[in-house]
Amino acid sequence: MKQKNILLRWSLFSLPLLFLVLFYFYPLIKIFLLSFFQGDDWPPEKLSRLISSPVYGKILWFTTWQAAVSTLLTLVFALPGAYIFARYNFFGKSLFQALTMVPFVLPTVVTAAAFRSLLGPNGLINTWAMTTCNLSLPPIQIDQTVFFFLLAHIFYNYTLVLRIVGSFWAALDPNLHSASQMLGASPWQTFRKITLPLLMPAVSSAALLVFIFCFTSFGVVLILGGPSYSTIEVEIYRQSVQLFNLPMAAALSLIQIVVNFLLMWIHARLVAHSRISFYADTPTTMPIQAKTKGQRFFVRANLFFMLILLITPLLALLLRSVTGEDGLTLAYYRALFTTESHSIFFVEPLAAIGNSVGFALSAMTIAVTLGLLASSFIASEPGGKSSLWDAIIMLPLATSAVTLGFGYIISLNTPPLNLRDSIALVPIAHALVAFPFVVRCILPSLRQIPESLKEAASLLGASPFKVWHRVELPIIRRAILVGGVFAFSISMGEFGASAFVTRPHTATMPVAIFRFLGQPGEMNYGQAMAMSSILMMVTCSVFWLIGKRDN
Amino acid sequence: MKRLLVVAASSLLLMMSMITTVHAEKTITVMTHDSFNVSKEVVANFEKESGITLRFLKSGDAGAALIQAILSKGNPLADLFFGVDNTFLSRALDADIFEPYASPLLADIPAHLQLDKENRLLPVDYGDVCLNIDKEWFAKNKRTPPTDIADLIKPEYKALTVVENPATSSPGMAFLLATIGRFGEDGYLDFWKGLRENKVIVANGWEDAYYGHFTSASKGDRPIVVSYASSPPAVVYYSEKKLTEAPTKAVVTAHSAFRQIEFVGILKGTKEPEHARKVVDFMLSVPFQEDIPLQMFVFPANSNATLPEVFVKYAVLADQPAVVSPEAIENNREAWIEAWTNTVLR
Repeated sequence: MKQKNILLRWSLFSLPLLFLVLFYFYPLIKIFLLSFFQGDDWPPEKLSRLISSPVYGKILWFTTWQAAVSTLLTLVFALPGAYIFARYNFFGKSLFQALTMVPFVLPTVVTAAAFRSLLGPNGLINTWAMTTCNLSLPPIQIDQTVFFFLLAHIFYNYTLVLRIVGSFWAALDPNLHSASQMLGASPWQTFRKITLPLLMPAVSSAALLVFIFCFTSFGVVLILGGPSYSTIEVEIYRQSVQLFNLPMAAALSLIQIVVNFLLMWIHARLVAHSRISFYADTPTTMPIQAKTKGQRFFVRANLFFMLILLITPLLALLLRSVTGEDGLTLAYYRALFTTESHSIFFVEPLAAIGNSVGFALSAMTIAVTLGLLASSFIASEPGGKSSLWDAIIMLPLATSAVTLGFGYIISLNTPPLNLRDSIALVPIAHALVAFPFVVRCILPSLRQIPESLKEAASLLGASPFKVWHRVELPIIRRAILVGGVFAFSISMGEFGASAFVTRPHTATMPVAIFRFLGQPGEMNYGQAMAMSSILMMVTCSVFWLIGKRDN
Repeated sequence: MKRLLVVAASSLLLMMSMITTVHAEKTITVMTHDSFNVSKEVVANFEKESGITLRFLKSGDAGAALIQAILSKGNPLADLFFGVDNTFLSRALDADIFEPYASPLLADIPAHLQLDKENRLLPVDYGDVCLNIDKEWFAKNKRTPPTDIADLIKPEYKALTVVENPATSSPGMAFLLATIGRFGEDGYLDFWKGLRENKVIVANGWEDAYYGHFTSASKGDRPIVVSYASSPPAVVYYSEKKLTEAPTKAVVTAHSAFRQIEFVGILKGTKEPEHARKVVDFMLSVPFQEDIPLQMFVFPANSNATLPEVFVKYAVLADQPAVVSPEAIENNREAWIEAWTNTVLR
């Protein structure tokens, strides 16, 4: 019986493992080998600067602290939001929830444009302040500073904490909370001693994701931070693409992977050892309307914050897409739908939407399937070993997109795996990044299911599949949904490795946006903004519909 | 659950249909960078006449695309590669990934563009990287715009310029080369020191410099930007309302611009060398060359190509661009960028 179980678990895990070996380890090892052991120059010569120059130590330090600060700030701002989404019902909840996902799909250049139209030297706020207070210089000078990209990191990652912690929090039994208060604990004591420990798996999952995201931040730091700031990821791009120093790029990639791997491993061990099982499936977990004055204030304050942080930049963008030289115009949208430039790469916006959604659905399907299989395996594996697997699965997220993209070129180049210029590589590359995400979303929920519950079901004669289908699946349903939503948006935003994947011209929305931004001219910029707004609206309405059904 | 399965099944089907795009028999693949563009009609006419189907593979920016071509040496991803520029020419030739082809159409291309004497890389287009100024801003503020890159370090142009980072941007690199060609290896760092003291903004990419900081294209506060000499016609061509005058102007006085030349080459290891040569001829021929200006906003290399009206009216070329040889660029790239970074950013 036991052996049969092990066999079943491993056969379940074989699919995600095969995927990782084929599309992650094999290309990565090949590019590392090529970088270190081939070429005319003996690598140590090309690598000596890594130690001799103080620059790289500084870059590593900067990368680490900005990721830590970004993570901390995101948690501070987003945890109260997660609470109100878990516990309260309020007007426009699904819409708010959908809107918080939008930053995730926006290209960095577009986000930068949105923030600048608000906070830039001639942005709305500065212009307003200068005219009302009669100032000669703009009071807010945030461009190309640390604050700008910290703000952007919060903007991008807020929703991660909100959704992952929020969905987990909603499943906590509020009776525990009431019981603790009845026993005389203050709200703070209750939070610290009861709620926080129970929440920890989800909070740490979300925090880990945010940290890795900010650690590997490329576009945000590149554009908003300006060139004085460099993360390891930016340096990898510089070394490989501009200087063609592949050994150095590979060494930096390796450092990035090792640092993140250690962190993910420590995280996995802590979480695996501190697992707390609980099960709450009572109707009391339904969210309620805010009743007291304090509660209402708390809800409103949070929504106000979200409005300022997330929604004003998006509105600024929308406004820009309908503003021409003489005020409001739909000229950019009209132009989007005409083939005036006759370019062979022109795509109808509808076709671009179709391509984006098609890729996103494929990537989501792959990622959710693999994520479910992998997290079921990890959750059922005993402590020590499971944390190693857990950390290994997270690796694609912490790996440089440039390195991996080049790895594909030299590894997936012979039949039957001649995929390097295939369009199939695009959803695969998206799924590779999305799959660890799905695992992070599902695993905390899966682990909270008490072993006794599953054992009871087996004792009553349920087959392993039936246990999974009838016991586990209903409990983790919401976590799967959240994971799927993230996988979908990662793909919609063309996040990560796909930027360096060679492909035939299948224009997705982000590709179309970049094509417009590549040339000067008012119509190009306007159409880029219009396309971004469409991307925003498509994403928002998809998630709004899902959220509405879910609530 | 059922619904989930339906979604899964249908997206798998969709994926399969995307993978199984059937290739016609004589398909020639052109690998290129993301900024490549061509008209549908021009390609369709060629395909009809030659019986060759063209397939374009886009592989990131010019630098990233070239590296992917180099990495796939021996088992190339494509038959041709378009988009090596003179700043990467030496790297491409050193990697030995191109086959020589002396196209008969080279006779129509000026000799000064033909940098590779063995014809492994053939010039297709060129353009000058130079300063662009916001004419309206200077008129409104009653100031004289700069006429030479040396002007930028004067006090009257303090905090007016935005440039691109040569470590991450190809026009940024070209502009750095312009300053090296102009002030020499001994003098260019002094110029950049002056520019730093004059509060230059360095953006990491052209998009960010132009659409993020340039007054004429954004809510930025910089009326001087590093862009192309052919940006003003693009501004007119892509204006929202019809313009009779370009709102921006390119500064192309002597030794103030750097000429970027883009090349095409046949990749070693192609299985269809005959057809690949036909495609090179097509790219150098008048129909393709006349399509270049309005698709990519650079100048055609073939001197028989007629320029579109908007180019004749608004585009300029530098008479004497600053010159740095491709070999010198490849040998010194790292040292120059490093020295520039230390001077301007650290």
